Amino acid sequence: MADDKDVLRDVWFGRIPTCFTLNQDEVTEREAEPYYLLLPRVSYLPLVTDKVKKHFLKVMKAEDVEEMWLEYEGTPLKWHYPIGVLFDLHASNTVLPWSITVNECWTQIRLHINDNNFPDRDLLHCTSNSVIEAHFMSSIKEADALKHKSQVVNDMQKKDHKQLWMGLQNDKFDQFWAINRKLMEYPTEEGGFRYIPFRIYQTMSDRPFIQKLFRPVSPEGNVHTLGDLLKEMYPAALPNDGEQKRYQVVIHGIEPLLETPLQWLSEHLSHPDNFLHICVIPTPTD
Amino acid sequence: MPVSLLWAVDVYGRVYSLSTAGQQWEQCRDAQMEFKRVTAAQQCCWGIACDNNIYLNVHASDLPVRYQEETYENQRWNPVDGFSDRLLPSDRWQLSDVTGLQHQPLDNFRLPSSSWEWEGDWYVDENFEGEPTEKEGWSYAIDFPATYTKDKKWNSCVRRRRWLRYRRYKAMDTWAKIPSQQTTLPDPFSDISCGGWEINEEPRGRLSLWAVSLQGKVWFREGIYHHNPEGSLWEEVPLPGEVVQISCGPGDLVWAVLWEGQLIVREGIGRDCPKGTSWAMVDSPSPDVGATHVAVGVNVVWALTKDNKVWFRRGVNSHNPCGSGWISMVGEMIMINVGLNDQVLAIGSEDRAVYFRQGVTSSELSGKTWKVISVPRDGDRSHSSASAHSLQSAGCYFCGEVRAHCIITSSSPESFVDAPTEHSDQPIETPKSRIPKVTSDSFISELVSDRGPGKTSREVRSAGPAVLEEETIPLEGEVKAPDVGVSLSPSQSVGPLDPQWSNVDLEEAQGQQAQTGAVVDTADTSSLSSVATFTLAMEDPYGVDEHPMWAWVSGGGCSVDSHTQLNWFNSMVQSVQSMSLSVTPAQTAAWRKQIFEQLSERTKREMDNFRHYEQAIEQSVWVKKGTMQWWRDWKPHKWIDVHFALEQFSGPEGNKDGILFIYYNFYEEKKYLHAFVNEVTILVPVLNDSKHSFAIYTPERTKQRWPIRLSAATELEMHDWLALLSVSCCDSRGIQGPPSKQAIWSITCKGDIFVSEPSLSLEAMPYPTPCDQMFWRQVGGHLRVVECNSIGIVWGIGYDHTAWVYTGGYGGGFFQGLASSTDNIYTQVDVKNVYIYENQRWNPVTGYTNRGLPTDRYMWSDASGLHECTKTNMKPPSPHWTWVSDWTIDYSVSGGTDKEGWQYAADFPASYHGHKTMKDFVRRRRWARKCKLTTTGPWQEVPPIPLSDVTILPCAAQSSVDVVPLWAISNKGDVLCRLGVTALTPAGSSWLHVGTDQPFKSISIGAASQVWAIARDGSAFYRGSVSSQSPAGDCWYHIPSPSKQKLKQVSVGRTSVYTVDENGNLWYRQGVTPSYPQGSSWEHISNNVRKVSAGPLDQVWIIADKVQGSHSLSCGTVCHRLGVQPLEPKGQSWDYGIGGGWDHITVRGNSMEPPRVHLPSLTERTPLPVRNTEINSSAVGC
Repeated sequence: MADDKDVLRDVWFGRIPTCFTLNQDEVTEREAEPYYLLLPRVSYLPLVTDKVKKHFLKVMKAEDVEEMWLEYEGTPLKWHYPIGVLFDLHASNTVLPWSITVNECWTQIRLHINDNNFPDRDLLHCTSNSVIEAHFMSSIKEADALKHKSQVVNDMQKKDHKQLWMGLQNDKFDQFWAINRKLMEYPTEEGGFRYIPFRIYQTMSDRPFIQKLFRPVSPEGNVHTLGDLLKEMYPAALPNDGEQKRYQVVIHGIEPLLETPLQWLSEHLSHPDNFLHICVIPTPTD
Repeated sequence: MPVSLLWAVDVYGRVYSLSTAGQQWEQCRDAQMEFKRVTAAQQCCWGIACDNNIYLNVHASDLPVRYQEETYENQRWNPVDGFSDRLLPSDRWQLSDVTGLQHQPLDNFRLPSSSWEWEGDWYVDENFEGEPTEKEGWSYAIDFPATYTKDKKWNSCVRRRRWLRYRRYKAMDTWAKIPSQQTTLPDPFSDISCGGWEINEEPRGRLSLWAVSLQGKVWFREGIYHHNPEGSLWEEVPLPGEVVQISCGPGDLVWAVLWEGQLIVREGIGRDCPKGTSWAMVDSPSPDVGATHVAVGVNVVWALTKDNKVWFRRGVNSHNPCGSGWISMVGEMIMINVGLNDQVLAIGSEDRAVYFRQGVTSSELSGKTWKVISVPRDGDRSHSSASAHSLQSAGCYFCGEVRAHCIITSSSPESFVDAPTEHSDQPIETPKSRIPKVTSDSFISELVSDRGPGKTSREVRSAGPAVLEEETIPLEGEVKAPDVGVSLSPSQSVGPLDPQWSNVDLEEAQGQQAQTGAVVDTADTSSLSSVATFTLAMEDPYGVDEHPMWAWVSGGGCSVDSHTQLNWFNSMVQSVQSMSLSVTPAQTAAWRKQIFEQLSERTKREMDNFRHYEQAIEQSVWVKKGTMQWWRDWKPHKWIDVHFALEQFSGPEGNKDGILFIYYNFYEEKKYLHAFVNEVTILVPVLNDSKHSFAIYTPERTKQRWPIRLSAATELEMHDWLALLSVSCCDSRGIQGPPSKQAIWSITCKGDIFVSEPSLSLEAMPYPTPCDQMFWRQVGGHLRVVECNSIGIVWGIGYDHTAWVYTGGYGGGFFQGLASSTDNIYTQVDVKNVYIYENQRWNPVTGYTNRGLPTDRYMWSDASGLHECTKTNMKPPSPHWTWVSDWTIDYSVSGGTDKEGWQYAADFPASYHGHKTMKDFVRRRRWARKCKLTTTGPWQEVPPIPLSDVTILPCAAQSSVDVVPLWAISNKGDVLCRLGVTALTPAGSSWLHVGTDQPFKSISIGAASQVWAIARDGSAFYRGSVSSQSPAGDCWYHIPSPSKQKLKQVSVGRTSVYTVDENGNLWYRQGVTPSYPQGSSWEHISNNVRKVSAGPLDQVWIIADKVQGSHSLSCGTVCHRLGVQPLEPKGQSWDYGIGGGWDHITVRGNSMEPPRVHLPSLTERTPLPVRNTEINSSAVGC
């Protein structure tokens, strides 16, 4: 029987084969070849698209490009969501590789307010990796506030925080988990974290995601499961008796059984930002 | 922590026990009558029954309680008859005790009580001081009494031999009446308390038992020992008043309550005087209200007063048994009891519930709060009993129907034997009316008086309402028809009763077997239907809402402490739920399986076809830096500050590798030292109280006996570094997960466990892998001995002699997170002694004093006398250890001691002896203090027998169901054989005791079931006729030890037998053949050997003392015998591996035959690159 530790590795080393193509509207000097890459599911788009940028810059006038943004079938991809979440939310059940369209923002155009192609309504600007780092660290801190009243993350040294970030940035599983395991500990007698840091994403609503307080263990001492969570947060996601399953509940590209204990999921299937990102997507009709 | 029991008596006099692992009170069905009081120790429980007799319930153990009776047959030579039993008138009896003063004919020996049986008949002991005698066991002397020798000499005029016979205590797990002494005990007992097992170092079983009679007299039971659990006689203890209740703690505390409400404290209790000498008086906690009850532990005294108030006595310890003052505590209790570890239990005066005092620790003896123990009793409700029983036989959990459960409840058949008849006879009463309003004791006496002694507990218990009896009638009709009762064989079980029985068929075979046995038993004596009736009757009288009413509780056998996780406080609903969870172990849960499956599907779907894609993030070098101290290589050696860095990178084939750098300053010049991670052979934590240091070895450093020693600023930092370096080393060598079945295990003198994966060429001939190149990684836990075999069964023994079995995990200890498996890691506790010596010198004026000569050693020192060690400055071995006892005098020192523990000698240092002579001018005594380590590792305890040695057949068994022979020596020296050990159940099921005439200390089983053992007297024994059919063999053959040497350890490989003696010599047994497995003689192989392990390939590994390296000398070094071949089993020379500080090694898992290498003929011999098998094998071709 495989060990639970293997799940952590599988989660970390999950990759999505991706094909990047340049938006047809972009002005290029010559035709841009598509670019193929294996994207880590747990990382963020700006951290892994340096190569893409370089590739397409070759066919563009380098000094013009300030920022790059990506879309999939017309949906702008939010860089502050983990890549795996974006894929599961928008593109699961489609043919691989995942086809992402690259759009470039030109400096000149951005200067004209309201007159550039950047989807300000949907996307945050990401001008440097430090913005991602700040976002990532704030997620970790938020998660630890839920899990341990911030006690663990506050007890860490600055270099430990750095190591978490560097681990993610450089895809160093050992480096990351050497620190992250401390964030996953909890007193045995309590049976789990104080609250489970989770976010439920859905494509059908304008709400970005659902995030509320939810404990891993009920006041009566029962273990809460994924099903319990959804029943409370998003009952529509659960199939009614005898009815066809309408929604898939996807975490890291898999559909865990609804009786899976939430605490276990939080320890093993959380993203590096320590949140359990759950995607609820319509069941494909075919 | 092993499972132990809390005992209690309810107000109806029924005895219940609650397991520390359990969630319900189990009724002691064997009790034939009501009990008034019980007092428990870990191995037994004493009680006063309603007939006022004292009963003893000794818990069954795999180790029998047996007693060796002996008598000597004496003969004298005369010219007419030769040696005959015709003795001189001045001589001793023909059959006498060892001194000759006591006449002891064989038929004078009687069993002490009906609880005993003879094991066999008398036989002659043919052993004489470790040597086999000539036939018939005679030893000879010039005259009585004199020195006896085993050889008959010309002047041998008398001879004697010893006759032996064993008797065995048979009344296990049942209440056996202690025969009363009619003459001296005029009045019945009213209270009883046992304890005192910690006051001396007698093996477990010695007890002090105190009893109070109705007239207020106090009696002490003499002579309770392991081999005499009943004790021998009652002795009255003089008193200053009339006692109503008494309490005896595990140590030397005994308190009693007087009729007038004061308390008395026994003084003078000690190692040689368990009964104490005198009483001291202590006033009641409250001046107006007298004390009614007292309970003592090791260092605590709790008391109750007439108004049910609870009091805690301050300042109690063995130097001041009276304590200093009373503190009033919260709660109103009617009875209070102190269990092991000074844990407190009480019975509430209002609700009569059992309360457990939470938060009692050695630093906070008064605890924090009372918490009610709210678990159901078996039989409280049908579903609760069913679910509890389902835990024992997992299969029946799902059978759902009440009726089926009731039948399952019958697993203790004897208790139901008389149930049905009583049932029908008894007048039906509503039990509610019996619930008393007065104290339990008087209530029970009331019960006793109004019903008379002949009736039994069933009357009350089974007094169900009339409605139910009607139901039972048809069933009881069946009882009387024998065909129904008897026909319950497993296959027919569906037949005669209702259809729910078909559920039984759904159960697992094992569970079914177990139950079937019980069912058939029951059927023989009464019937199944009666059992069902009986439990049905149980259901209603104690309805859902009624909670049990308790009268008495005893925690003397209940080993819990403030860390123990107890399931005693849950509500019923929860307990049932949590049980249902535990029925499906998390590891096999469907959801987990689903996740594993889906993740591997995901990998297939999303990655397998796209492996040629570029990775988004390039692998880079990762450096971790820190500052540490380094024990510098040049003289004078000292710790200097260094920068430390670990650079990790991916090697050419994607494997990870790294380099360690140590940057230091050498005379203002910046320099560095480096080591490749793939060359590191071991990381050894060296934690002491001043430095958090560890050692890094490479093959080169091992040769030098000079590791890189580094020290981190904090323990946490050291553990982070060790975990990281360890993962890094394992990654670079491609090692992950648990150790293989072939792994070599070793243990350091600190109890740390290391494991090494043997390479295929480790035992290759002629060029094996040098053992300094072996890579060792640490496994969590703390052990003194570890033994394994080649199918992955690994057992360990802790410093406290606890037996542990390996669970298949890895990591634990400070290896957390990734370096450790999630499952199979458990808490492990070990206890060891720290010793210091008190030294004194004699002078003519004051006698022995602590004023030594100026040249003398410290008056408080370590064993060598070189270091000062006082009681106050001595610290536990590392911060992980905590003191768990006070300093006590150690009397178990080799050489013996006097009554105060002193050993005498002419001068320091010299050989010490246990009695003072005219030539002695100095003396010393050893003080011991226990310390405890709590850690984690892949080990699970095998209770309850403590062991001193263990051995597992180093088989190459292919099938996993094969039962593997495993032998062990208990710490008392009994030889034990473990039954039911397989690769799937490495812990086995139970012990089989193998009789010996003397205690043993070492044992080993080799191929073809050759079992060799070493007795405590240093002689060797071979066990005859051991086979899979007869796993325990038939008899011991005495093998004389090498002349003038006392053997201490044995290890048997495929054919070779090696022993080590007390002087460090390694011996090989010559002439062992299949037809003559005992061999012919001992051949000396080597000296300076501490331990030997012979493996299934006949490979020989030792722990050697004094191995000289280029930089330093090491003691406790792993060495490998080179040149061992079928025709040369003794080998030629030693190869030196990791050390020093190693204590133990076992290579008995490594059964991998090395690749065959044909030796090139001598003429073709070329200077081959040494120690590389591949090259060697290719060399054969050319």
